[in-house]
Parts: sequence; structure tokens; C-alpha cells
Amino acid sequence: MKHIFKFAALGVLGLFMQSCGNNTESSKQGSGGLMAASAAEKVYVAPGEHDEYYGFFSGGFSGQLSVYGLPSGRMLKVIPVFSQDAEKGYGYNEETKAMLNTSYGFVPWGDLHHLDISQTNGELDGRWIFTHENNTPRVARIDLTTFETVEILEIPNSAGNHSFAITENTEYLVAGTRFSIPSPQKDMTIDEMKGNFKGPMTFVKVDQETGGMEIAFQVIMPGFSFDLAHPGRAASHGWMFATTYNSEEANTLLEVNASQNDKDYIVAVNWKKIEEYVNNGGGEMMPAEYAHNVFDHHKHSATSTMKEGIMTVNPTDVPGAIYFLPTPKSPHGCDVDPTGEYIVGSGKLAAQVTVHSFSKMLKAIEEENFIGEVYGMPVLNYDAVLAGIVEEPGLGPLHTEFDGKGNAYTTFFISSEVVKWRLSDFEILDRKPTYYSVGHLMIPGGNSQKPFGEYLVAMNKITKDRYLPTGPEMNHSAQLYDISGEKMELLLDFPTIGEPHYAAGIPADIVKQNSKKIFRLDENEHKYAVKNESETRVERDGNEVHVYMSMVRSHFAPDNIEGIKVGDKVYFHVTNLEQDFDVPHGFAMIGANTAELLVMPGGTKTLLWEPKKEGVWPLYCTDFCSALHQEMQGYVRVSPANSNVELKWSLDGES
Amino acid sequence: MKLTIKFLSLLFIFSAIACGEKEEKEKINLSDDSSIVQEEVIEEAASTTAEVDNMQNKGIGPIDNLELGENIDESMATRGAELFKNMCSACHKMDKKFIGPEIAGVTERRTPEWIMNMILNPEQMIKEDPIAKKLLIESNMAVMANQNLTEEETRAILEYFRQYDQNN
Repeated sequence: MKHIFKFAALGVLGLFMQSCGNNTESSKQGSGGLMAASAAEKVYVAPGEHDEYYGFFSGGFSGQLSVYGLPSGRMLKVIPVFSQDAEKGYGYNEETKAMLNTSYGFVPWGDLHHLDISQTNGELDGRWIFTHENNTPRVARIDLTTFETVEILEIPNSAGNHSFAITENTEYLVAGTRFSIPSPQKDMTIDEMKGNFKGPMTFVKVDQETGGMEIAFQVIMPGFSFDLAHPGRAASHGWMFATTYNSEEANTLLEVNASQNDKDYIVAVNWKKIEEYVNNGGGEMMPAEYAHNVFDHHKHSATSTMKEGIMTVNPTDVPGAIYFLPTPKSPHGCDVDPTGEYIVGSGKLAAQVTVHSFSKMLKAIEEENFIGEVYGMPVLNYDAVLAGIVEEPGLGPLHTEFDGKGNAYTTFFISSEVVKWRLSDFEILDRKPTYYSVGHLMIPGGNSQKPFGEYLVAMNKITKDRYLPTGPEMNHSAQLYDISGEKMELLLDFPTIGEPHYAAGIPADIVKQNSKKIFRLDENEHKYAVKNESETRVERDGNEVHVYMSMVRSHFAPDNIEGIKVGDKVYFHVTNLEQDFDVPHGFAMIGANTAELLVMPGGTKTLLWEPKKEGVWPLYCTDFCSALHQEMQGYVRVSPANSNVELKWSLDGES
Repeated sequence: MKLTIKFLSLLFIFSAIACGEKEEKEKINLSDDSSIVQEEVIEEAASTTAEVDNMQNKGIGPIDNLELGENIDESMATRGAELFKNMCSACHKMDKKFIGPEIAGVTERRTPEWIMNMILNPEQMIKEDPIAKKLLIESNMAVMANQNLTEEETRAILEYFRQYDQNN
């Protein structure tokens, strides 16, 4: 409380000075209170106003993706992707269970890492967000008209699916292997890993019209750890770059044993060359089994299809497709600047940031300036491809984004800071602390040809004292910086969900006009949908009971059901007849061994209930829908398994 | 949160006083907000619907004036009946009060413009139109839902109501 008053006093004084003096120079050098007031103004979005940017934040081990407004840092939504979400019933209801199907069976949790907004000609087009799962290798597509996950594709013959990026026309997603494995999998001794394990790099083709994904080919790379990936753009379009560590191919105590080599690599993959090779009949089909799960917005349901076999490419069969660029000390971040010329490799254990030149790389290839081979693929001469080094930038460099004005911003995990440096001469221009131990950073469009260099968000791994303590576990903190001036300015600090491994930002105007308000009832093709109350009914098929139910403010039809028996499998197929924006209804049934339903206007969802006890059991709407929400409930009578109670249903005495 | 808002208003007011019109914009934004709250206070409605009921009231919404032909457009009425079944019948029955009022006779009680505005613009109607305000109370505060129908669809539903009233 005291602090607020102090702050208020300083703030009032500060604003008074600023608003009269109109001198921004002096305000920047002013007291903390004055700075704070100025920062508060910059992130203040008045009640009812909208933020300038959408920020999509990876949820890491929550398996979800969260949507924030920027610059306010207000959380707008959590989009379930790789994990079940009880709030929305995702992965619990009958329509979305299939989204989490894999060749390992139903996997209810995932570790969501990087994400990328779809691009056209190297610029964000805001149609979809693609993301990936590290633990059980999968990639996913989120539709930015509904902000829902609409497709999940399993990546077979991979593990630790970590290096991920999309090309600048959303032609391909790349999904690399971080934990090398026998390829194909087999029972063998771990000691014989070196030379026998592989690090397959999968290219997933994206349909330009629908966004639909399919595995095009998998390049069977050596068993290194492929960490981060970034596509070439503009001049370097057609290439994919990825960092590797553990070029030692250690299989135990990697902390020490994978950190021995003075240099690991950035690998440059000419995917256009490999695509051509495959299109001309190259490659070999390998047995594989993987799930492809697609959500259909007309059927309001997902289907899971098990696929077999993938096209594999032995990289040495495509000469000139793959080169290794030596890069110091276990490089992590691999970031390409908006022009496509600079490839920034951040050796996380190095005391420098290494910048390679794409044009020098092409020249070295042409001149065959190689220093050796890796499993039959050329290693380029480090000095020949190096563009420059950012000297003594900080400790533990990780990731780099760009502002489109010739500057790069790199995070430093160990020294907890963001460092701004100039691409033209690798000079450091500014540094600001982060709180604490920053991992990724994000500038809206900062990994595209057209960054919007106004804000930067640093995503930290450690929170400590930044917020009110909440027991041993604290949500990870993020900091928003104004990067429109010469020096970065810290504006805002806000908590995030899970562990954001990367985020993607986009001007709200590109996305918001496409956001759907309702699903049209007359386009609902769900097998068990009802279009009006006269179609509601209950049908029995053996011990399966299907309840065709509707919901509207504020009643269910039917709301009284009798003739259900212990041991039945009761499927409540519930259609929301509303056609108004933001009027979902919920559905919950006492004792159901699953989550609630949350049904959008015009949509249908299904809850499975297996009644275990006789009695009369209530159901109700969980989402406050009107002044009569409390009244939105019903009853189901459950009789003994052998009873003869007739199946009947009604609303207000009429069936 | 309240504290922050108070604090911010204080700031704005302070600087407005100090410098004149500089912060006018922010000040207006903040005071706009409080006036919205005042507008939302529902006025007392008249004691019965009949007292405010009249065939002059065209309601509030996109339909200002509607000329109706003598004869019923049968195909339009058929389409209206189908739309009514899917979009309205969860709350309205023709021959009895259900969640909302019964529909029978509505074309004799209300102007065609009022009927269409009630369907097209229910949020504003239940707040501002004297008849709609009264009906909201008579319906236990069950709000009329906006079903996002087009003017053309709404016109078809009106035709169905006219046909029903002519035949009954």
C-alpha cells in the first residue's frame, strides 16, 4: 500500500512535468517513478480498447498455447493442443479424443515447444499457427479463425522432436530429431550408439489452400542432436538451417560428454534439391506407423487415421544437398536475419555469438573449401563462411530475433540479459537485464522478412521474487521491452503458463477480422446434431443410449429422461441452438468420468456417461448463460439393470 | 485494480488541471465509461404491456418503414416457417407462452417494423423499447436471443406470422 502511494506521488509529479514540459529526453533520465508512469502509459490499453498485437505463447510442459494481448500482457485465451483441457472438454469429449491419438495409443499430454505463424512471401499471413511436441513427436496446426487445434500429425522415426520451423511460403515444416535413435527402431545395446543411431529430419508438406499437412520425406541424418531450425529467406530461400550439439554422439552424462568438441555444427540443408530428388523417384519407403488427426468444423468432430510407411532419403545419395558449418560450443539458437544473408549461431557454452554468411557459404561450396567430412558430407571451412563475431556479448547466448532496421537482439541465459547488436558491424548497441535467466525472445514478425520492430518480449525460465510468492512453484515471467528507440526500455512484467519455448506475435489487424463469431447451425453436419427442439429425442441400441439434446438460453431439451439403466453407456449429444457471438453453454452430469462439455453456438459435443447407481441424477449448464442460468438443469432417472422402465423424455411435460 | 484506475484518473485530472486541454482525450475516455454504467440502469416499466402497446411503435433497429402487400407470399411464408422452427421455436410457440410470448396474433398487436426490429436488434430493444422492456419482465428476464438472422430471413419469418394470423 505504501508503495502505491509513493508511486502515485512520484507518478503525479512525473506526469505533471512530462505533460507540461513535453520533453521526452528529460523524462527518460528522470526518476524511477517518472519512468514507471511513462512505461505504464505505453502498455495501458483503456477498458474496452483492443491491444495492437496478438502474442501466441508456447505453454511448454502444459502442452497448450496461450494467447496474450500486447502491449498490455492481458491473457486472452488458452488453446489446448497436445494436452487434455478439462475447461473446454478438449481430449475428453467424444469429438476431440481422436486429436490425441498416436501410434502409442491415446497420449493425453504433450510438451509444446516452438511455434510459427504461417507466411506468404516471407511475411506473416495470420492464417494458421503451427507448433510441435517434443516428447511424443507430433506437429499441430491451429486455425486462426476459430483459435482451435484442427490438425495433429505424428512424426514417426523420431524422438525429442525439437528443431522446428516453417519455410517462407509455408511450403514445408521441418521437424528434427534431438534424441537420436536407432533408425528404424530396434533392440540393440546403447553402448553401440555412435555411428548407429540416426537423427532423422522430417519435412512436412503443407497444402497452401487448406493448411493440411502430410509427411513428404525424412532425411536420415547422423545421430547428432538437432536443436533449433530456421529456414532461409529471400536470398537463402530453399535452404533450411539447424544447429546440432552432441556431435560427440555421447549416450551418457551428456552434460559433460556432449560438451567436449570445440565446435559442433550448423547444418545447411538444400531442401529444394532433396524435394526434386524425391519428385524424380529418389528415396526409399521405410516401414513406419503414425497417426494423422484432423478436426472438421462442419462435422464438429475429429477423425484419426493410422498411416503406414514414410519416404526416407539417405543424405549422401543427394550430393550438394547438405553441408556442415562449424560453429563453436554446442550451438542452440539458429536464426536467419530478414534478408536471408546472416545465419546467427549462438553457442550456448561459447563466449561469443557466431554469425555465418549465406553468400560466403555459397562461395565456399563453389570453391569446395572443405576441411573434412561428416559421414560422407562436406564440412565447410569455418573461416570461409564466417561473417563476423559478436565479441564478449554476455554469457550463455541462446536466441536471436530481428527488428527489420538492421539490428539483432540476442538473449543470454547465464547473464540474464537481452543484447542489441548491429548486423552490419556486429557492434553491441545496448543491453538490458531480464528477470531471470531468459530463454527465448520474440519480436512480432521477428523471424520473418518483415519484422514489426516495436516491442520485444523476453521469456524467462526463472521467476523467483518477481511476483507475490505462490509456494515453491512460480509461473514463468515474461518482460516486454519497447525497442522503437535506440535503447531498449523495460515496460511490463507478466506471468505466463507452463514454460514458453518461444512465442509468435502478429499485428491484431491481420487476424481479428477473420475471427469467427459463431458456427452456423445450418452448416452443422455432426452425425448426432439436432437443428431444432422438435428433433430432440432419446434412442436405445442395446445398452447404448443416444440422447439427442439441444440447449438454448436457458433450458435443455429434453430435460427429463427416464428409462436409463445401470450399466448403460449414455451418450449425450448436445447441440447449442444459439446463433449469437459468445454464448456458449456448458453441460455436466453428476458422476461422469470425464470433463464437462463446452458447446459453442451452432456446435455439437458429446459426453459419455456410464451410470453406476440407481436414482434420479441431475445435469446442468456450467457456463453462466443468462439471468436464468441457475434454472438450466434437468434430471435423468436411472433404474436397475433388469428394470422394465420405459424409455421416455420430455420438456415441460411434452416429448 | 480499482486503486489503479482511481490512481490513473487522478493522474489525468491532475495533468488536465495543470496544463489545460492536453489530456482532454483520456479524460473523456474515462468519464465515458462511467456514463455507460448509468445508462445500463433499467428504467421502471409500465404496469402492463397493454398500456404501452400500440400499433404506432416501430421499435428500434434497422427497419424504419415496411410496406406490406395485401396478399401473403406463400413461398416466403414457407421459408419463414422453416426458419422459425430452427431458430426460434426453442423459446417461442405459436399458440402458448413458452420462454417468450406466444406468437399467435402478433401481427395484430405489433407493427411489422417492430416485429422485425425485435428479431434483428433484440439487445437494444430490451433495453430501450417500452414494449420490449415490459415483455422482458413478463418473461422472467429471459432475454430475447439474437439469432443473427438476415433482414431477408427475418422478413420471411414475418410473412409466416402474417399467414398464421390470417388462417387462425
